[in-house]
Amino acid sequence: MIRTQYVRFLPYLIFLFLAFQVPFGSLANVSETFHASKEKPADTTFQHDENIIVEKEFDAGKMIMEHIVDNHEWHIATLGHTHVTIPLPIILYYDGEIYTFWSSRFHNPEHAYKGFILEHGKIHTVVESDKTVYDFSITKTVFALLMSCFILMWIFISVANRYKRNPKSAPKGMQSLLEPLIIFVRDDIAKSSIGEKKYERFMPFLLTIFFFILLNNLLGIIPIFPGGANVTGNIAVTMVLAVFTLIITTVSGNRHYWVDIINTPGVPWWLKIPIPLMPVVEIVGIITKPFVLMVRLFANMAAGHIIVLGFVSLIFIFGSISVSIGYGVSIFSVAFIVFMDILEILVAFIQAYVFTLLSALYFGLATIEPEHH
Amino acid sequence: MELITPGLGLIVWMALPFLILLLILKKFAWKPILNSLKDRETSIHDALHAADRAKEEMRQLQFSNEELLHQAKDERDAILSDARKIRDTIVEESKDKAKEEASRIIASAKESIENEKMAAMTDLKNQLADLSLEIATKILEHELADAKQQEAYVKQQMDKIHFN
Repeated sequence: MIRTQYVRFLPYLIFLFLAFQVPFGSLANVSETFHASKEKPADTTFQHDENIIVEKEFDAGKMIMEHIVDNHEWHIATLGHTHVTIPLPIILYYDGEIYTFWSSRFHNPEHAYKGFILEHGKIHTVVESDKTVYDFSITKTVFALLMSCFILMWIFISVANRYKRNPKSAPKGMQSLLEPLIIFVRDDIAKSSIGEKKYERFMPFLLTIFFFILLNNLLGIIPIFPGGANVTGNIAVTMVLAVFTLIITTVSGNRHYWVDIINTPGVPWWLKIPIPLMPVVEIVGIITKPFVLMVRLFANMAAGHIIVLGFVSLIFIFGSISVSIGYGVSIFSVAFIVFMDILEILVAFIQAYVFTLLSALYFGLATIEPEHH
Repeated sequence: MELITPGLGLIVWMALPFLILLLILKKFAWKPILNSLKDRETSIHDALHAADRAKEEMRQLQFSNEELLHQAKDERDAILSDARKIRDTIVEESKDKAKEEASRIIASAKESIENEKMAAMTDLKNQLADLSLEIATKILEHELADAKQQEAYVKQQMDKIHFN
């Protein structure tokens, strides 16, 4: 019983440790820069218009946010006055009809096409309408995550084929790189949190999220195409991953799990009757656990990108004061960016590990057998 | 606030491909990889176990070999000592037998000597009787011829005869 209680509180402890240490400072910066950008006059020409490039005052907050959030096209570089972008498909559902066209159609002075307008990364109708525009576009994030799905399939199916062809030979090439990770996920995450008997059922999910998060974290560090998309630093992506964990935990929860939630053992009776305080806390806990997963991964990855972009911005901020100061600062900025990128590689692994470990712990809690005593 | 509001389109586009990725990888990647990892581990484990067992068997075999050798040595010693004993008894027996035989031969020799002696004595007695008769005859003949001479003769004859 003591062991069960210990396991119950372990995720919270890990959560406290990991969620609050890294991102809080940087999130404060985000909101600051965010507010700063709001206070300034709207500067729509800066990004969305290639034809009129005006040298405006550099707005770090705006630049950072544009890099962090999703986009309807994949901007690669700006050479002089030409933007090198990959146009992505726009898919809209509006008033019972589906509209599909390339995002490059918005490249006109009005940013409008077929009655839709792209403003601040959101698509509205040009004419005011009470019907909502459902945007199912293949955005930068969607494109990047689809790409990473294909990369994962290609890598792991080819590795699996090698396992099938030479089942008993020593691992080779890509296989020898991935085998320790797979064994790590199996032995140190799944077996230790779920237990020898039941871990096998959860292995495909745990391996998939581990490698999905890891690959996208690592691709996010690479600044240019095919990397650079902030997939795991996007709250929708982490939400879907967390919801998967929630669904699997809820579906595989055994009788013991639900009984513990309704009638938590080791808690004074007056916390359950007449006001069911503890059951309510436990039921809220079902939701908060994946919520924490969602926020932690998102905040960590977004924060890492924001810090790196912040250092880049420093160069331009100082450069706008004086070019020579800009050059001077760039030395320090580049040094810090290199340091941050190395840290980000570490964070990429840690976050993939933490997400997978906590998912496994939740599965373990849901499937734990009551101890006889 | 776009940063922390999940977009509907993105949720759909994340959920669907991720589910498909999960199912495809589960069927075509994780299953064969995990199975073959498990197979490999069990085969290595079994091989190590078998090697250990073989070593143990080898050790026991060596032990039993030594035991066997030891037993054989003991047996050989036992056989040798037995043989020695048997040989000794045989020699002893034959010695006894020989002695017995010798004494038997000696006894029979003595007996036959006695017999011979008796026979010789009998013969001698018979001859003596014959001789006495002959002498008596001759004396009688001579006596009959000349009394004096007869007497002298008898006397002479008597002198000649010596009983041994």
